Amino acid sequence: MSKPIIATASLAGCFGCHMSLLDIDERILKLIELVEFNKSPIDDIKTFTKECDIGLIEGGCCNTENIEVLKDFRKNCKILISVGECAIMGGLPAMRNGIPVKECLDEAYLDGLTVGENKEKIMPNDEELPIITDKVYPLHEIVKVDYYLPGCPPKADLLWEAVVALVTGKELDIPYELVKFD
Amino acid sequence: MSDTIKFTIDGKECTGKKGQLLVDVAAENGVYIPVLCHWKGVKPAGSCRICTVKVNNRYVTACTLPIDENCGDIENNTPELQDIRKAIVEMLFVEGNHFCPACEKSGDCDLQGLGYKYQMMVPRFPYAFERRELDAKSPKIFLEKNRCIFCKRCIRMIKDEKGRSYFAFKGRGKTLEISMDEKLAANISDELAQEAMDICPVGAILKKEVGFVNPIGKRKYDNEPIGSDIEKSQQ
Ligand code: SF4
Ligand code: SF4
Ligand code: SF4
Ligand code: FES
Repeated sequence: MSKPIIATASLAGCFGCHMSLLDIDERILKLIELVEFNKSPIDDIKTFTKECDIGLIEGGCCNTENIEVLKDFRKNCKILISVGECAIMGGLPAMRNGIPVKECLDEAYLDGLTVGENKEKIMPNDEELPIITDKVYPLHEIVKVDYYLPGCPPKADLLWEAVVALVTGKELDIPYELVKFD
Repeated sequence: MSDTIKFTIDGKECTGKKGQLLVDVAAENGVYIPVLCHWKGVKPAGSCRICTVKVNNRYVTACTLPIDENCGDIENNTPELQDIRKAIVEMLFVEGNHFCPACEKSGDCDLQGLGYKYQMMVPRFPYAFERRELDAKSPKIFLEKNRCIFCKRCIRMIKDEKGRSYFAFKGRGKTLEISMDEKLAANISDELAQEAMDICPVGAILKKEVGFVNPIGKRKYDNEPIGSDIEKSQQ
């Protein structure tokens, strides 16, 4: 039987959730025995080459590219999991929610204390750049999400237990200490 | 006639004195009924509804119910009530802006503790992302309005020697927010500022110049669910 296939992505996240996945330490050897990785920053595969069983996504959606990648994951993964606070509720990037985008951009490129010289008042607007969304969206407000793993980042043991339970079909009984929002 | 009342909560026999509030009697008998707005000894507000139990098949808030002969068998930990409470927790999470990873109260917060207890993985309601301000005018206190859950504990409990409240609600409905009396708060003592922080169930009232005192792993709800102390007190 072929191994279950996992894909991962970081949208508006800090890569901390991916780091937490690496924090499973030597169990990573067991993990590659259990599963195969497809599109993911971990193996640097950039586009889906086959249909995947599990998609793990960290980070919410803060721009049009995030939304595209998310929809691509939904299309190519049987099970989609929101990993971490950013994916579940926007996380720290969502602290801008409620502030008009123009105000945020002005602060970042014109008025902020750490802005250097910008006499021509240039705002990055190259057409290659994704467009920033009006607010940062939790993943499940854009596509259907099957499971949620909270934490910032979710504890390595939680990620491990959840992935193992999914690929082995074992029931997941999460100990109290593993579910935290920070 | 004796004023001792006998009744049961989820089948467990409990005793208390007539007129005592159900939530307090339950705690004395080792039964945890979650609270967010209640504080023992302070006139109940009944504002958060998290302590909802079922008495004679009716929903009642346990922090406002004085016990008497008619209590019968009270329901507390049924799947139905647990789901109602979980829904309340989820509602409070989406109504405010609760960025736990960036909150000083994280680990010691009662709202978050209830989120853990009921294993809230994601709220069933959409996030409101309503913007509220942070009031940092007092030299001793930060008032982070994004995290207030409107329990009124601060309003009811934190007063000066003349009985004037340091805190008050402003606005109504959607615009309701907690506010601090600027003049009074300018001179609030260290002790009272600390007390305000301690009684606030969430991270809305924070004392300035201290922070993150308890390391991760040693905070109130890191290892044991909220209410464990009460449940363990009588076994
Ligand atoms: S949840 Fe925390 S660790 Fe994960 S991407 Fe967001 S900020 Fe980083
Ligand atoms: S007040 Fe509690 S629930 Fe809100 S952000 Fe802080 S720790 Fe989280
Ligand atoms: S500031 Fe804290 S104590 Fe005061 S009403 Fe809000 S949540 Fe309750
Ligand atoms: S604790 Fe009873 S209503 Fe809040």
